[in-house]
This record gives sequence, structure tokens and C-alpha cells, in this order.
Amino acid sequence: MNFYQKVQEFDNFDFDKFFGNVTNERIESILMEDRMNEEDFLSLLSPNSEKYIEEMAQKAHNISLRHFGRTVLLYTPMYLSNFCVNKCLYCGYNIENKIRRKKLTLEEVEEEGKAIYEMGYRHILILTGESRKHNPVSYIKDCVGILKKYFSSIAIEIYPLEEYEYRELICCGVDSLTLYQEVYNEEVYKKVHVAGPKSNYRYRLDAPERAAKAKIHSISIGALLGLEDWRKEAFFTGIHGKYIEKNYPDVELTLSTPRIRPHAGSFEYVREVTDKNIVQAILAYKLFLHRAGINITTRERAEFRDNLIPSGVTKMSASVSTEVGGHSNKEKGEEQFKIDDNRSLYEVRNSIKFKGYNPILKDWESI
Amino acid sequence: MDKLIIGGTELYSRLFIGTGKYSSNEILPKVIKSSKTQVVTVALRRVDLSNKEENILSFIDEDCILLPNTSGARTAEEAVRIARLARIVGCGNWIKIEIISDNKYLLPDNKETIKATKILANEGFVVLPYMNPDLMDSKRMVEVGAAAVMPLGAPIGSNRGIRTEEMIRILIDEIDVPIIVDAGIGKPSDAILAMEMGADAVLVNTALATAGDPILMGEAFCQAVDAGRKAYISKVGPKRINGEASSPLTGFLR
Repeated sequence: MNFYQKVQEFDNFDFDKFFGNVTNERIESILMEDRMNEEDFLSLLSPNSEKYIEEMAQKAHNISLRHFGRTVLLYTPMYLSNFCVNKCLYCGYNIENKIRRKKLTLEEVEEEGKAIYEMGYRHILILTGESRKHNPVSYIKDCVGILKKYFSSIAIEIYPLEEYEYRELICCGVDSLTLYQEVYNEEVYKKVHVAGPKSNYRYRLDAPERAAKAKIHSISIGALLGLEDWRKEAFFTGIHGKYIEKNYPDVELTLSTPRIRPHAGSFEYVREVTDKNIVQAILAYKLFLHRAGINITTRERAEFRDNLIPSGVTKMSASVSTEVGGHSNKEKGEEQFKIDDNRSLYEVRNSIKFKGYNPILKDWESI
Repeated sequence: MDKLIIGGTELYSRLFIGTGKYSSNEILPKVIKSSKTQVVTVALRRVDLSNKEENILSFIDEDCILLPNTSGARTAEEAVRIARLARIVGCGNWIKIEIISDNKYLLPDNKETIKATKILANEGFVVLPYMNPDLMDSKRMVEVGAAAVMPLGAPIGSNRGIRTEEMIRILIDEIDVPIIVDAGIGKPSDAILAMEMGADAVLVNTALATAGDPILMGEAFCQAVDAGRKAYISKVGPKRINGEASSPLTGFLR
């Protein structure tokens, strides 16, 4: 069964009814076990499980300690281009938004890469908007070629590719893929992705699997929480992770909980996702997928990020600029969204140390 | 004399330690000291030679034997590349082969490990393969040049103890190179068990790195390994189903 079929199985599933039937006894018995199935996972995402958030946190902390120890990997994103042909209601890069568009020249990529390297980073995440015309795979390959000189790990967060294209990028030095489905509910997906190639739900859904087939080292997935009921979205994210883990066991998996942020544009309707909801999602992920890492981005407030660390966070971004050329250039392209944690690498590292954790800058190299 | 010799080197400590998962790099030298370890394993992929402050190697006492490992390798080919690079960057010629293509349970791939052992032993490395405790595979590893074998007690990081006890006992009886129990050792009593059984050494990482006080735990493991070894040498008395009185009633018949 492919993952799309798996998602379709839940088309007529009554989530609210299920959540309504999750009793205290059920949750307590799940928390006694070491391993859990899909149903257990969904139960932990229920409103009733909120009462057990401390018990879940203690369990998640122990699991994370066993598998990842007291370490948090730090990385920073680098925006290559904000040219985009999509019309996504929640994104600042929306083709209809009148923003400054910019694409880094290869010289600027080198300058920006060098600036980031000198800050101390060894893991970098490169991003582009979706425009095969402005940001073709060949351009991304050229950028990777330059950045390989500086970074031990290069992750991409770009438009979904064909398997052979992932293979080409992996050959050039890319080892990780970040690709958020944004929203797993197909109807909502179609509503918010009004036009452009991104409106193809299935093509995006299957992209992590194509990268896994191309033998990528690690994959980061997530739903943009706030576009639909977060409990259902977190559930689909978890079972997507499980699907990848089962079928591609050599892939290192990370889950992320991005929450929708203010941006340039017109999208008004956002469902509320509280801090407590984010914590519950992270804990349920950790209890369901022990070996998956958890990434928490600068979309979240500094204090909140720091408090989340012992619950199983394994990866954090720092000194983030969501602007094209934001690390070195004076002539910047406009940002994708506002961030909430503006701390420098130095400050983030100190906060991690203060929590009794080891901020690490390198834990991977393609050899 | 009770000596442990691996790759021609005589070791006085039978406790090997790992370097991952610690809350800071600064604590590592203190754990090395308190545990009296002599062999320290490091994932080469995590070593940052370009940054002295971050480079884990600068926190390891020079008297220790560095045991670089191929963590992150999914195939023999990758493991061989990592081992060669380790030697080039000055990590010596000991190598722990770790080939894992299953990220969920982190179980090693014996078949690929045998392949890599053969190539690297031929290139003069002191090869210590991390493996699933299978007798035939252990024999194959020794045949192609392994200097020791490192069977797992339980999956990495699981702290579950010596779950593969019976398999490891067989290796101890049948395999002529040192047996180093690696992975699964969650507490000093697990280390004692392994050593009492006759393992030649143990490798501990998670249990030390994630302890509330890793320095004190280092000392505890040092004593445990020592106690277990002494118990093994002095031969633990046989187990009996019934109790045996120290002053038997029929003693006069002897």
C-alpha cells in the first residue's frame, strides 16, 4: 500500500468520535507500554490526553535521552531565491504578493556561505521558492557545489523533485531533505494551494519517498499546523513518518511542528494552535517514533524553544534570516515569514548549555 | 598474568567508552579519568577538524587509544572509506566497524561487516567489528582478520542489559579473539554480568553519557568491570537447584 492509499483509508474516519471515546484508563494503559500502534498514537493526540502531558513528557524525555543523549544539533537556513510561481494563501512568496524578488548569484552564494561558515555552522539548509524557470535543479546543483567546500551537511528545502533529480543532488553533496506536506487534508490542501505546481497534492505527498528511493540520508517532514485541525494533521505526519521508517529503514527521520506565522499577503483564516498543543504533538511523535528526531524552528519564541529541549528536541535553527542573502548581503530579497527567535548562534548555544545540553555543530558528513 | 592484548597492544583497562550523547565536551576528560578507560571510541563523521573548540578529539587524553568508528555507514564500501579517512586524519589504525542500515533498531549488518573487516584487515587496520552475536559470522570475521569481535548485548542506546546472553556465552567459548560486549549495557551490574561470563571487555556509552553524574558513574563502571573480571578469574562456584548446608548431616560418611 502506498502512502496516498493509507491517507485515503481515513477519508470517512470520524476523528471526533474517536477522540470522544478516549478514556483515562486507555491513556494510562498506553503510557505503561514501550511501543505503541497507530490507534495508541491517535489517542495520545486526543483532547483528553492533555491531562497527561507531564507523564507523556517524562516518558518522551527518557526515550530521547536513550537515543540522542543530551545533545542538540544547530543549523541555519540560507535562502537562495524567493522567486515562486505558486499561489499559496499562507505564504509570503505567493506569486501575487508584490515583494522584492531576488536570486543569489553564484558569487553571492559563496559570500553568504562563507559568512555562515565563519559563524561556526557546519550544517546548512538551503531554500528556494518554487520556480523551475528561475531556480532550476542545475542552479541548485551549482550552489551545492560551492557550499560543499564549507559545510559537512547540506539539506534542501525546495520544490518536490523527480527521483533521478534527487539522485543527482545527492551525488553533488546533498544529504538531507526537508519537505513539509503543509496540510495532509486533501480538501484543505486544494483550498490553500490555489494555483501553481504546488497544487498537485499527490506529487508533494510522494516526494519524501522518491528521495528515500534515491538513497538520501535523512528526511524531515511536518505539517504546517494551523491550516486544519492540528490533532488530525499531527496524526497524518506521524503515520507518514512510520511509513517511511518501515519502508526505508536506512533513512534518518526528523519531525517538525511548524506553526503558521504572520507574513506578507492576505490569508486571514488560521486555526489556533496553542503552545500546549505543540508540546502535545511533539510528545506524541516521540512516544510513537522513538528514533525520530524533533526539529524546532525559530518560528517559535526563544523561551518556548528552550523549555522544549528536554522533551526530546534534537535539532534547532539559529541566527535565522528568512531573507534571500540575509546573512551577508545589503541588497536583500524580502522575507518569507517573520521569525520569533532572533538570537545569535552564541546566545542559542549558551541557552542550550544552560539547560544542561550540548549544542553541537556537526554530527554528519558524507564520506 | 591476566592480560588483554588487542592488535599487539597490551591493555590494563577492560572498559572501553564512547563519546556521544554527553551534555558537554568538557566533561569527557573527567569521565576518562574516573573510569580509568584506555580505549575511547569516536564517530569520525562527528569530528570537526576545522574547529578546535568543537573538535571532540581535543578532549581525549593523548595516552588513550583512539578507536574511530564508522557510525553512519550503511554499506561495507562506506565503512571502508570512513576508516581510510580516519587513518589519514591521524586517528591511528584501530577501527571499530559499525554498519547499520536500519535506523529503527540500529542493528548491525553482519554480512557487510564481514566484507569491510576483510578489506581493512588487509590494509593493516586493527579491526574491531560491531556485530549481531552469531557464531558463524564471528568465525568469518576472525577468519578475515578481526582483532576482536564486539557482539551487542541489546540494541544501541536501549540500556536493556545483556539480552543476548546465551549467544555471547557461545562466542566466549568458541571464538579465539577477545570478545568485547558493546551496546545494551545500561548499568554497572550489566557490565559485571558480561565480565563474569568471561567477556574480555565491555564498551559503554549511553549509560555513562546520560547518567545524572557521568563522572561518578565512570568510577562505578570501572569498579564493576574490575569486579566482574576478578569474579571470572577466581571462578564463580556452580549454581545448584537446592541449598547446600555448610555442615552436612552425612559428612561423616566421606
